[in-house]
Amino acid sequence: MLEFLTRLFGRETTGSKEIAKERLRLVLVHDRASVSPQLLQMLKNDLIKVISRYMEIDTENLEIHLDQTNETVALVASIPVKRMKRVAQNPA
Amino acid sequence: MGEVVVITSGKGGVGKTTATANIGAALAGFGHKVVLVDADIGLRNLDVVLGLENRIVYHLVDVVRGRCRLRQALIKDKRYDNLFLLPAAQTEDKTAVSPEQMRELCAELQEEFEWVIVDSPAGIEQGFRNAVAGAQKAIVITTPEVAAVRDADRVIGLLAGEFDLRDPKLVLNRIRPRMVRYGDMMSIEDVIDILAIELLGVVPEDEQVVVATNRGEPVVQDPRSRSGEAFRNIARRMKGEAVPLMNLDREGGWVEKLRRLMGFK
Repeated sequence: MLEFLTRLFGRETTGSKEIAKERLRLVLVHDRASVSPQLLQMLKNDLIKVISRYMEIDTENLEIHLDQTNETVALVASIPVKRMKRVAQNPA
Repeated sequence: MGEVVVITSGKGGVGKTTATANIGAALAGFGHKVVLVDADIGLRNLDVVLGLENRIVYHLVDVVRGRCRLRQALIKDKRYDNLFLLPAAQTEDKTAVSPEQMRELCAELQEEFEWVIVDSPAGIEQGFRNAVAGAQKAIVITTPEVAAVRDADRVIGLLAGEFDLRDPKLVLNRIRPRMVRYGDMMSIEDVIDILAIELLGVVPEDEQVVVATNRGEPVVQDPRSRSGEAFRNIARRMKGEAVPLMNLDREGGWVEKLRRLMGFK
């Protein structure tokens, strides 16, 4: 009865939509990344451009991927550095 | 020359067929010449939602295979003189039609009708590809649930990437304003924020849809139905009118009135 009354008067809120939103956010990070490898390729190209201003990198062996645990998604990049530059080059 | 609009969702059961029937009926009610195409070959049901199941003689695959002329397969609606249905085949499978054939069919329909509305099957396979093939615009329909929004996101990506339908519009179906207020259902803003596409309309959950579908009548015919009003608003926006979103908090139940009277939310 008490439960019915609290429901009736709208006092009970479980706020489950926040859970839904968070789950969706995580799922979509992964879906979108796996559906569109072009997106990751574009990111890769941009990364190479930016990092090359500061150091010489081995673009052949550069790897990036998304790492998912239960609660977080991380962008993990492994970028072999060949040589550091003394000063940053301005973008061409 | 008319416009070909596909209604699609990815996930099944979110209301594609109901939306197709009602948007079509609403546009016809506003005086437009409309044809609804059931592209769900093998599982036809738009005919049943419209109450036209007893009138089918020929279907889409018959037309594509040249077993009848297009005109012979079109079924005129009982209520609107300017609303027609091209039913799906029930016994053939979706490989019976190719995207190229669908493109030709839509182009032909578009010559005669102001609106060609294609009801897509669920999924993202051949049936979906056929349904989308001839369309110039797309409406993606979803409900405020994780699985439905996820599939909608996938479909939006596919439409833009593979089919050059870059600007799909969203219909958010079966929203329950009370649950949204309690924080137990994603709101319009939540879903828009996630999917990042333009909103065409919001349809509240409405038991009248069940009643209307039982009878084989579009709910837009019921002037008191809230979902009917929402579908009419969607049709008006498709015509280019600027119609504000209806106030979803206006609910009629006595519990609601009592709650408001007593000052809760």
